Amino acid sequence: MISTIVFILMLAVAIAFFTRNVRKISRNIKLGKDINRKDNPVKRWWLVFKVAIFQSKMMGLPIAGILHVFVYAGFILVNIEMLEVMVDGITGSHRAFSFLGKFYPVIISATEFFALLVIIGCVVFLFRRNVIRLPRFWKPEMTSWPRLDANIILLTEVVLMTSVFFLNASDYILQTREFGHYEQVGSFFLSSFFVPLIQNLPSETLVLIDRSCWWLHIAGIMLFLNYIPYSKHFHVFVSFPNVYFSKLEPAGKIANMPSITREIKSMLGKPVDPEENVDMAAMSFGAQDIKDLTWKNLMDAYSCTECGRCTRVCPANITGKKLSPRKLMMDARDRLELTGKNIDKKGVDYKDDKSLFDFISAEELWACTTCNACTNECPVNIDQVSLVIEMRRYLVMEKAAAPGELNAIFSNIENNGAPWQFSQQDRLLWANELYINEKA
Amino acid sequence: MAEKRKIEVPVMADLFAKGEKPEYLLWVGSAGAFDDRYKKVIRAFVKILTHLNVSYAVLGVEESSSGDVARRAGNEMLYQMQTLTNIDILKMYEVKKIITCDPHVYNTFKNEYPDFDGNFEVIHHTQFLQKMIAEGKLKIESSLLKDKTITYHDPCYLGRANGEYNAPREVLDSIPSTLKEMKRNRSQALCCGAGGGQMFKEAEKGEKEVFMERTEDVLETGANIIVTACPYCMVMMTDGLKYKNKETEIKNYDIAELIEQSLEL
Repeated sequence: MISTIVFILMLAVAIAFFTRNVRKISRNIKLGKDINRKDNPVKRWWLVFKVAIFQSKMMGLPIAGILHVFVYAGFILVNIEMLEVMVDGITGSHRAFSFLGKFYPVIISATEFFALLVIIGCVVFLFRRNVIRLPRFWKPEMTSWPRLDANIILLTEVVLMTSVFFLNASDYILQTREFGHYEQVGSFFLSSFFVPLIQNLPSETLVLIDRSCWWLHIAGIMLFLNYIPYSKHFHVFVSFPNVYFSKLEPAGKIANMPSITREIKSMLGKPVDPEENVDMAAMSFGAQDIKDLTWKNLMDAYSCTECGRCTRVCPANITGKKLSPRKLMMDARDRLELTGKNIDKKGVDYKDDKSLFDFISAEELWACTTCNACTNECPVNIDQVSLVIEMRRYLVMEKAAAPGELNAIFSNIENNGAPWQFSQQDRLLWANELYINEKA
Repeated sequence: MAEKRKIEVPVMADLFAKGEKPEYLLWVGSAGAFDDRYKKVIRAFVKILTHLNVSYAVLGVEESSSGDVARRAGNEMLYQMQTLTNIDILKMYEVKKIITCDPHVYNTFKNEYPDFDGNFEVIHHTQFLQKMIAEGKLKIESSLLKDKTITYHDPCYLGRANGEYNAPREVLDSIPSTLKEMKRNRSQALCCGAGGGQMFKEAEKGEKEVFMERTEDVLETGANIIVTACPYCMVMMTDGLKYKNKETEIKNYDIAELIEQSLEL
């Protein structure tokens, strides 16, 4: 009875705390500017199906891709047993699903198999990160916290899954001894290998193991759930909507700035809509801070799990430049979280003296070739290039801070319609003295 | 016996004055007009158009920068000025179809000009050549490149930006020769390093130039010819071969030039 109350209380606190943090993240994302990403739902659902659920883009790196499927699918399917744990915890029953009879051990054996997949995946991942030290996990932006964050997640999953095996093994032994309420529900395939390890322990100790593993598992899951919003691991939730809200246009298309078209039209002496009165002085160009980005940019930042596939293929990063597309996402999230904390503490209108440029330098922005290798690679369809362009727009149009050579081509284009200093009148010189061989 | 005939490149304003309307507008681009190496590509493509009796014209002195580089370098004002002016001229000449050799022009015309009410059918020259081959209008029987190994560098703005990986390869397949892919190809292709405004500025501080990294991919294939389909890639790969001291062994051509050579135009 007491355990039921404790369980329900724990669950209520875990869910309440989690909901509170998810609400904050959702509020943070809504600080961004609006962008229409609700068109074409059929195509969007198809993307969710293909890219998010079936993880099509993960297979670009097949080893990591397959192991990730182990962990992802395994973790979801292990939750069949979690469901039973919930029922048992709330009602005080023991193995509530055992009414399924013969099928019950089959189902539990299957969840054990999924738990094993998760463990294999996580152990290999830990090995790749910490022993092999794959370069993408050791780039400069992978400072101690991002590395620790990854290890906490992987180790927690290993512990959570291992507890399932000891829970089932001790339960099984107690069943065979017909101890207390441990009724015969059958043996489970994988945990039977753990039986010899604890077979000789007295029944009271086994009950202790069984109960500890049960509480460890459930408390672990609740803690893990509440760790996720503070971690890169939040991608497990937000990558699904992030894929749904993907950019559907060709990757080469850059978002338009319709707000300035009217001004350009009147500069060029073209007719403009007189109703539409825009105050150019009050307008801001590009992105200096969070509020200038779209909510999709901000959702991108929360979707990034720092896998570094983008950085791995970035031509600038490959050749030793400071730019790392992953870092841009990490920086945007850091800036956004800071903005969120400021709002919590000092209200919505509070402005600190920082901006995105305290996190992302001009040098990084000017190293981008807009080649879209990063966006093509990202398994959750993050658009790193749009962030670069928006921040360049701010530098160029608000601060006139383009690199000198680019300022030179701007003035060439303005004056003679080409990035080079050649007269527009000479644009047809290439056609002079052009001959073709005609076969007789 | 081959006989040389002079090509008078048709200019839109002249045709319009005569009441003629060509089927295609050929957008030459600033590189085609002013870059000495790239002028050869435009000249080659114009020879192919002439050979195929295609009805086309150029804007000539009325052409201006597409604005692509201005937009990617963050100067949206300048981009929109170029865009609105260009669209006015194109509409004045009632242009419906545009061919260009530049994937950057292709991308901005095809994907970005429609936001400013500039709706044209935009065709990259590799797509045009593919179509001509598929329709049987362009046949290559020459064995000129039979013993050559060719590797194709995917321009980012044709490949990843617009998903066009097949047209250039199908054109190359029609030329008797050996085609060998680089280890990074199609959607995995490495950028030449010139997009997003990089063409016109010093690279940011780093260990290496991007074009050198890409040139190493080329060298790995053992190809004699590196073929591109973009003016920026052309410049970058030329530089790469020069710095690697490979410019005599490995030649750098645009797809149009290979067709020109094969047809002995």
